[in-house]
Amino acid sequence: MQAEVEETLKRIQSHKGVMGTMVVNAEGIPIRTTLDNSTTVQYAGLLHQLTMKAKSTVRDIDPQNDLTFLRIRSKKHEIMVAPDKEYLLIVIQNPCE
Amino acid sequence: MAPKSQKQKSAGGHKNTKRSKTKQILPDREEVEPVTMESMGHPEIYPLVLTTQTQEIFNCRIDEDVTDEKPYKLIKKEDILADFKNRAAVSDFYPVKKVIQEYPGDDLLVVYDKDFRYGLNFYLIGTEEGKENYLNRPEVPEEQEEYKEHTSEDLYIYKPPISKPWVSLGSEKEIDEESVKESAKQITYMISRKRSEFGAPVKFRDQNASSVKDAYIECTAYPDKNFIVKQLEKDVGMQVVPKVKDTSTQTRWTYPKNASTQYYPREFSEEEKEIFGQSKPLIDFLNNASISVEIALQQNEIMNTFIDDWKCLAEEEGTFGDKTDTHLKEYQSFTDLHNLTENMVTSISWHPTIYGLIAVSVAIRLSLEDRVHFSGKLLLQPSLILFWSFSDPIHPQLMLESPDDIFCFKFCPSDPNIIAGGCINGQIVLWDITAHADRIENIKTGGSRSKKATLKPMFLLEPDSNKEATYIRHCAVSSIENGHKKVITDIHWLSDTFEINRMGSVFENRSGICCQLVTCSADCTICFWDIRSQKALTPPPIEKKKEESIEIPFDVPSTFLHLDLSWKPLIKIRLSKGETSLDHCPTKISLSEDHLLYKAQDKILAQSKVVKAGEMNPYHDLEGALANNLKPIEDFCTKFFVGTEEGGVIYTDWKMERDPETGRLMAKKPVNLYAVHDGAVHTVQRSPFYKDIILTIGGWNLAIWKEGITTGPLLQSCCAPKRYTAGHWSLTRPGVFYIGREDGYIDIWDLLEKTHEPAQSQNICITMITYIKPWTFTAKQQFIAIADYYGTLHILEIPWTLSHPSTNEASSMSYYFEREVKHLEYVEQRKKIREQEKKEMELELEKKKTKTYQKSKEQMEAELKADYDNYLELEKNTLINLGLIKMPETMSFMDLM
Repeated sequence: MQAEVEETLKRIQSHKGVMGTMVVNAEGIPIRTTLDNSTTVQYAGLLHQLTMKAKSTVRDIDPQNDLTFLRIRSKKHEIMVAPDKEYLLIVIQNPCE
Repeated sequence: MAPKSQKQKSAGGHKNTKRSKTKQILPDREEVEPVTMESMGHPEIYPLVLTTQTQEIFNCRIDEDVTDEKPYKLIKKEDILADFKNRAAVSDFYPVKKVIQEYPGDDLLVVYDKDFRYGLNFYLIGTEEGKENYLNRPEVPEEQEEYKEHTSEDLYIYKPPISKPWVSLGSEKEIDEESVKESAKQITYMISRKRSEFGAPVKFRDQNASSVKDAYIECTAYPDKNFIVKQLEKDVGMQVVPKVKDTSTQTRWTYPKNASTQYYPREFSEEEKEIFGQSKPLIDFLNNASISVEIALQQNEIMNTFIDDWKCLAEEEGTFGDKTDTHLKEYQSFTDLHNLTENMVTSISWHPTIYGLIAVSVAIRLSLEDRVHFSGKLLLQPSLILFWSFSDPIHPQLMLESPDDIFCFKFCPSDPNIIAGGCINGQIVLWDITAHADRIENIKTGGSRSKKATLKPMFLLEPDSNKEATYIRHCAVSSIENGHKKVITDIHWLSDTFEINRMGSVFENRSGICCQLVTCSADCTICFWDIRSQKALTPPPIEKKKEESIEIPFDVPSTFLHLDLSWKPLIKIRLSKGETSLDHCPTKISLSEDHLLYKAQDKILAQSKVVKAGEMNPYHDLEGALANNLKPIEDFCTKFFVGTEEGGVIYTDWKMERDPETGRLMAKKPVNLYAVHDGAVHTVQRSPFYKDIILTIGGWNLAIWKEGITTGPLLQSCCAPKRYTAGHWSLTRPGVFYIGREDGYIDIWDLLEKTHEPAQSQNICITMITYIKPWTFTAKQQFIAIADYYGTLHILEIPWTLSHPSTNEASSMSYYFEREVKHLEYVEQRKKIREQEKKEMELELEKKKTKTYQKSKEQMEAELKADYDNYLELEKNTLINLGLIKMPETMSFMDLM
């Protein structure tokens, strides 16, 4: 069972340009990460709050709706967040060729 | 009382007796009306109370005269009246006195009311009629009652009402009283006037009121006695009340606001993470989420949707000058005309903060033999570092004096007034030019000088007092015995963010200034020095001190007095080649922190300003600056690159370790050694853009290395026709570097353009180039200082194309390096594969040789048979084709074909 988790994360990490992958629980505490601790903790804390905000925004507008994916594009890279009820999957990719 | 209804409504059956009597009229008792039973429908019945005395008087005693059979008594009117006279008010008949007096008859009927039907024991019947009725029908009360009941069921016989004479009951009296009558007679007046006087116009006139008597009535004021009395005492009530006042005000609410918060994040321990890894929800989530994540990742990989192609198409705008101009333009050149000896420039350094100031170290251009030969003469000539300014090409602004020729020197990054230089004799020399700082700062405003007499020929201008170049003596030199023994080839200041101790461990630098130096010398050692006073020094014997104490001239600052002549290195690393006595001779070193010094201009400016504004220059307080409680920095890379005189590049560590056998501190063995160059390596430099890319130039080729890649250089150029003698990275373009050749040419390499040869070549001077140093002043102005063997310093301006990076140049360069790294890896792998293949090939050859003898007889026979069968087939087919054999019918046409 553990191998499956690792394998999935490895597969994501092996994509081109992926700088880091992390799995964060519902409270924003990182569970698995490929980056160093301080960066992970910072990303986890900030993105967790942002995801909550985005989710509440979507649901405020339409209660039947829900947030499925969040992508933040910046000059240097792109942060992708896949939210769930209990976990958050965060992937940071550098899309520029 | 007895029910009224039946008795009242009965047409007949009135039981009336009456008794009349004359009444005595008493005037004031007339108003008392006798109580009648009018309410009961018997107005003639007046109940009475007859006391026993009255009963005796009138012989109507109960149960004697008045019995049940004969309950009535006729009493004479005169008797009652007599009784009135006798007893007046006491008489029992008094209440009905009036009735009795008006009674017309003589006899009044008094009835004994045994049952108290009318309230009292007797009653009087006040009318004759009633009397008659009673008397006539006394004995049939019950019968009449019964009769009444019976008659009510029978047919009602209508009897028209018989008009009876009006009986006065006293109402006319009331009417009389209520009616209004004229009490007095009415008086009649008649008033007349003459008719003509009616309606005549009236004339009003004024008249004094006082003149006519009684014309007015006044109400004169008079003192009223009631108001004379003065009130001297007044009763007033007092109450003490607490004074309550309501006010409100608005204040500025200073609420506590967090200035800073320190926190640490929540984390899971390893076991908890393991547990999570096992949990099923996580797996499900990852399986679901990874789908969408991978889609998104692939989208990005396919295409970058946010690229603005239009923008990417355009290059940077705002070009200065011609874009196609790629030549370095001569700006200025400096030569020292004072010194008559032939000098060469050994090192150049731009002043970190002041515009247009460049320092040059010169040395005598003699070989070792000649030096020894002319050593006496050389002693007299001062060895100098010259400070040139753009505004004055003839006279150096400052001249720093040193005991011997300087081969390398550097400005201190945290204080440009401190200069450290390495001498040819192995000493480190320190200067402090704080006192002259303002002189060199205001060189720009040297216009006033030029306005003075300029018509004098050049040689007469020398003794001009304004431009008297001062010789500045050095502040301190290192100890001769303990320092280097041979020429110091390279000197660097360590960054002010860290410092090292005797073991080579790295600590935090709390002082904020650069206080440590590293030097390498031809005596195969690398030394680390600290400019602060070292407390652990054994106090030298007093006699020695006396000998060495030299009178210090008054104009030398005492910044480094504690170091003068007693300066010992902190760490001494010997680059040994192992057991052999020959060691590596380092020529240049490159530390990982050096690259910061190229771009630290702003920082230095800020720092130097702070230093000036502050009270104390930290460099003046070095004596007590060694702190004991320093925080060690972890993960610090203590490795650095060294270029040697033999052409090797060494990657080694400065951390010392204790030799287990001898107990002394030993330097670690070098991590790597590469022999790539054919001559002495004179340039080992980190790229200003990439911390881990190093350029080494030596001999006839150059190499680019990446720190961490141990297989070899990323790029190694082929041998050039001329020897390379100087080199430097470009400060603004990541892929450009300048190389100076021994024939006075500059090769400009652009790695993005060509990697096998220089992109450009330009002639600067006629002799060997000894040093190259570019410097950026502004975005538009970039200079490169090139020094040659004959002692001339050329300043050239770098054109736009060479100073401005194209867009994506940095990323292109990093990709280039990555590709090269991958290429190296690939080469390594291929090597392995080749090895493998080689081995396999050899094995196969071996196998083949042995195989030929191993074929068995059966195999050979089988082979022969197979061959024979094939031949038979072939023969058959050929004959069929020729038509010589009849083909079997079963064969189809296609088979034949």
